[in-house]
Amino acid sequence: MSVYLDKNAKVICQGITGSAGLFHSKNCREYGTKMVGGVTPGKGGTEVDGFKVFDTVKEAVSKTGANTSMIFVPALMAADAILEAAAAGIELIVCITEGIPANDMAKVNLLLKQYPQSRLIGPNCPGIITPGAGVKVGIMPGYIHKPGKIGIVSRSGTLTYEAVWQVTSLKLGQSTCIGIGGDPIVGTTHLDALEAFNKDKATQAVIMIGEIGGTAEEEAALYVKKEMKKPVAAFIAGTTAPPGKRMGHAGAIVSGGKGTAKEKIAALESAGIVVAPSPGEIGQALVDALEGKGRKKKSSVKKTRK
Amino acid sequence: MKLHEYQAKELFAKYGLPVTAGSLVKHISEVDDFLKKFPQGPWVVKAQIHAGGRGKAGGVKLAKTESELQQKTSDILGMTLISPQTGPQGRLVKKVFLTPALDYEKELYVSVVLDRSTRTPVLLASAEGGTEIEELAVTNPKAIQKVLIDPVEGLRAYQARELHLALGLPKEKINQGAALFMKLSRMFLELDLSLVEVNPLVVLKTGDLHCLDAKVSFEDNGLARHKEYAEWRDPEEEDSRELEAAGHGLSYISLDGNIGCLVNGAGLAMATADAIQHFGGAPANFLDVGGGATAKAVTAAFKIILSDSRVKAILVNIFGGIMKCDIIAQGILEAAKEVGLKLPLVIRLEGTNVELGKELLAKSDLTYRFASSMDEAAKAAVEAAKEGRP
Repeated sequence: MSVYLDKNAKVICQGITGSAGLFHSKNCREYGTKMVGGVTPGKGGTEVDGFKVFDTVKEAVSKTGANTSMIFVPALMAADAILEAAAAGIELIVCITEGIPANDMAKVNLLLKQYPQSRLIGPNCPGIITPGAGVKVGIMPGYIHKPGKIGIVSRSGTLTYEAVWQVTSLKLGQSTCIGIGGDPIVGTTHLDALEAFNKDKATQAVIMIGEIGGTAEEEAALYVKKEMKKPVAAFIAGTTAPPGKRMGHAGAIVSGGKGTAKEKIAALESAGIVVAPSPGEIGQALVDALEGKGRKKKSSVKKTRK
Repeated sequence: MKLHEYQAKELFAKYGLPVTAGSLVKHISEVDDFLKKFPQGPWVVKAQIHAGGRGKAGGVKLAKTESELQQKTSDILGMTLISPQTGPQGRLVKKVFLTPALDYEKELYVSVVLDRSTRTPVLLASAEGGTEIEELAVTNPKAIQKVLIDPVEGLRAYQARELHLALGLPKEKINQGAALFMKLSRMFLELDLSLVEVNPLVVLKTGDLHCLDAKVSFEDNGLARHKEYAEWRDPEEEDSRELEAAGHGLSYISLDGNIGCLVNGAGLAMATADAIQHFGGAPANFLDVGGGATAKAVTAAFKIILSDSRVKAILVNIFGGIMKCDIIAQGILEAAKEVGLKLPLVIRLEGTNVELGKELLAKSDLTYRFASSMDEAAKAAVEAAKEGRP
């Protein structure tokens, strides 16, 4: 088992004739993903590097039975591409594109409610990978991953690789890794991913990589406190970020004194999550969480109160 | 992209929002021209900088006579304003907006922003406007009305009418108030803004509503759709290194420390700065070279870091995914040669083609310290910055 993505995924790439779309479609195919074609309006009926190209997602779905899409179309057209995939019945939509205007994503978020069968991951994300099934939909380097039991969810790309690498170096491996994206509005949140990992039998523990800005990590912490049956380790990037400055990701900004790393770390720790004090200690935080240190801390606090 | 008040008011006027006209003045000699157009005082002199809190910092003054207007314009032009939003170094005032002053009865606050928790734009409004709004948000958040805006349809007329009444505005002006709120919402959605704010929105003696101030920020991601406004960017108000970086497709933010950082990916760049601080150092910057940086972009990044004289050591932290470590190594070597790098350099490479990258570096005559993990790299950079040598 795994989360959101398994070996049954039949994947198309929207924007497959662009250089990034084609490059990563080939990489996914090499990794083992069942790539069944791509979509570029106006280039339907042609073929690139063995990928069949269709004019619309609807056509691609009817001809190939695709259930998953990886989106690389330019930012100002990406909202339309996401909605096209949903309308065509795609179940998992992974939007890699960065720089989509936030108002576009507000509209997409509202309109996607008409398509409950569709899950959006991203935008502005590295994608999703399930190493045990040999499937990836996204731009992450496949070889740093290893089949295992650790679920990873993160707002960042390369920082996710860092966490994956530390887990792989510990010889633990990953069940599924989800890059949810660094924008203010994303399809799948930390909370969604934690709920899915909680239910997934193949996942033993979870690493959550957060960032300054918004309250998604706090909402996830609340869930962990109430519902989570598995150990959780975390890291929050942006302790050094000055207020009002956008740190690369559109979502990573401390505004009005809200969304600081300090607040987030406090919320996570109070939920029994082991928070790595530095990014180099994410692996160690996971080991501590697996040994029950996060939970223990909570109960020892109770004892001292008695 | 932030706009100045005078630009925002031009935009407001286009949308039929009630604002007072005035003149932008960069030199004291231009005050006479303003007086020809607006002979009737009193007037207000308003510093045009990209930061709020201008009034409290002394950047907004009332002038009752012509000589007072001359004096106050001359005082504010060239002064350095320090407000909570400018940072401790303050902002030099290079232009002021002159406008006739208005009598009013009441100050309110209204803005439209994206609300991340509901994933939708919201209109925020308060009957207690003016300069204390940030404090009010903390001390009495219930005094702030929050109306969700349908991102597809915009603010609905009934929502706008309900808000007008909830704010205690004059009943007979309900349609005027509703129209104003709907225009603000329409402007936010049509122009892909990240902020539109009126503080204060005032009630005149006649009961009419009037936008005394105007603040607008375009969302950079949406700006490509609104090219006619791109030229409104004021480079004087932006950090020159940040602008230079943006021109190379790099994301750079100036911080206060002395360790220059060059990293791929925003999350890893933030985390690298955090790791430096964790080990007792201070990052001079946040610099994300992006996912697909070329050797040329890496050279540009080095130059930007080195243009900051506070930098005492450089830390390169790359996790090659799609980006290959050997390409990065080439970029580092070319950059070091081109800029004559003399500062201590710590390099951490991991991921795709890492062995090739290491080999390239080892074969070169570059002086550097190689670190095999993120923590080791951060520690080494902190030490190097303290000692001032590699």
